[in-house]
Amino acid sequence: MESKDRKNQLWAFAVMAFFVIVSVASYAANELYVYLMAYLWFGFVYGMCLQGGRFCFSSAFRDLFAVGVPRMVVGIVIATVLFGLTASVVAANGMSSFHAAPLGIHSVIAGAVFGVGMVFAGGCASSSLYKTGEGNGTSLIVLASISVTQAVLVDVGGWTNKLVPASWNASAVSKGLPASIDAGDGWVDQYLAGYVWNQPKATFADLLGMSNDSVAGAFVGNFLVGVVLPAAAMLVVVYVFWSRKGFLKKWKREGKSAGLKADLVGFWTMVASSKRTAVAGLIIGIAAGLHMYVIKGLRLKFGIENAGAILKATGNDFGLSARGTVFDPGYWYVTTQEAQWFGWLFNKLGWDNMDNIFFGLSNGVPNPIYNLAGWMSISLIGGAAVMALLHGEFKFKKPTLELATWAVIGGSLMGVGARLGLGCNVGAFFVRTANGDASGWLFGLGMVGGAWVGVKFFSWWTERKMAKEIGAAPELQI
Amino acid sequence: MAMKFEKTGEGRYSLDVKGYVCPHPQLYTKSALSKMKEGELLQLLFDNASSGESIASMCDKNGDEIVEQVTKDGSFTWTIRKA
Repeated sequence: MESKDRKNQLWAFAVMAFFVIVSVASYAANELYVYLMAYLWFGFVYGMCLQGGRFCFSSAFRDLFAVGVPRMVVGIVIATVLFGLTASVVAANGMSSFHAAPLGIHSVIAGAVFGVGMVFAGGCASSSLYKTGEGNGTSLIVLASISVTQAVLVDVGGWTNKLVPASWNASAVSKGLPASIDAGDGWVDQYLAGYVWNQPKATFADLLGMSNDSVAGAFVGNFLVGVVLPAAAMLVVVYVFWSRKGFLKKWKREGKSAGLKADLVGFWTMVASSKRTAVAGLIIGIAAGLHMYVIKGLRLKFGIENAGAILKATGNDFGLSARGTVFDPGYWYVTTQEAQWFGWLFNKLGWDNMDNIFFGLSNGVPNPIYNLAGWMSISLIGGAAVMALLHGEFKFKKPTLELATWAVIGGSLMGVGARLGLGCNVGAFFVRTANGDASGWLFGLGMVGGAWVGVKFFSWWTERKMAKEIGAAPELQI
Repeated sequence: MAMKFEKTGEGRYSLDVKGYVCPHPQLYTKSALSKMKEGELLQLLFDNASSGESIASMCDKNGDEIVEQVTKDGSFTWTIRKA
């Protein structure tokens, strides 16, 4: 047993050493790569927190509907509120790198598709990364599935053009994009340039007539109205519908009477029920805000707007977009860099995928070694692996055919949802809600609905399999 | 590996969901417990760490008692007494 623990510790140190070597080597190659280190080490911290706190956005709604457990909703609310607070401090100091996303019904639809997918896949985009770090082969299939689906979807034209409304096509081609981008070809291109870009963008500060980087706009508009009030309402709904009954039953069993005091104690008991999740939420919330601050600070220090300038300056400029940019969100993000990995691979295999908006105009297909935001996801897997190894929870798990099938279906749905919603549970929900972007709550609303549908299906599937098992064993006819 | 639910003795059951990821272990555990009587014991075997946190919360909420928890080489063996 001791030798196994020792072996795990050595592996944990080896993983850690790998990221230290990558950091030192890149910095030695060029000082500008300190930008890479920032993404890398924040990703590492996210990975440690997600694994340690079993922090999964999918679990929040899925386990609530499936087994009545609210612990993860609480964790997400804590993380979002803390991130909202740190993001407001950053914004009020003019250091925010956040931009609101277009607001419309597409966010709800995208969230719903993503929500069904995350239940089928057994985890959201971020938890699939940390579970890969635990040695879970099914989660690795989910990652590949999310990535391939996105990389293919953004460049598919042909018969899908027939599904595009004429108004989207006309609007897309009228945008005057660079000649290398064919905005009139491809469903996603026409969806983006012909529909999504025409939708208004609004933070809660905007809606209240405040400036996003003013103290009032950041703290009252975006934080208090945009984060604290909806988050508190969400917790009250969860307490009333999922937690109150069970708590009051226990409370009365102890001979105490129901009332306001009982509900206050019950509410707090729900919030504090999973310390490890709550603590993870707390650290993630603070780290996510700091991450924005650090990236913005580095951009100011180096006088750049986008990491594409770093790749150009260091001579690693393969796969830059028509604008000379690469994906560089400035905060925690998951799905876009994963799409880029396969986008790069497909490009190298001869697929001309630089004439679409997603790769060609905005994000590029840089070599994964020089994909600075991509290191955030790689190190997230590493951080989770270190935590799992140190706690004896690392185990290589080969997927069964059943789980691999759910992983491919779920991952594909998440890939589609992420592209329709311009992000996943992190980029389209967590980051946006914490920064007071109204579209984040719309994506979340869809995600809750999608999770409910996914849970209904899996509850039926589970009961069906249990009935088969019991039917085959007479001693189980309980 | 397929899910296995079996009776191992008088008032004792075993549910093996090793190899399964979320949400399967928690759903199978919920289903197995719902088919058992008060006071009966369920030995639960799983290796998906995050399911454990949800199963523990589910047991706490329903009053089911986790009487033993063993972790070995990334696998978990829990004994749960149905309330």
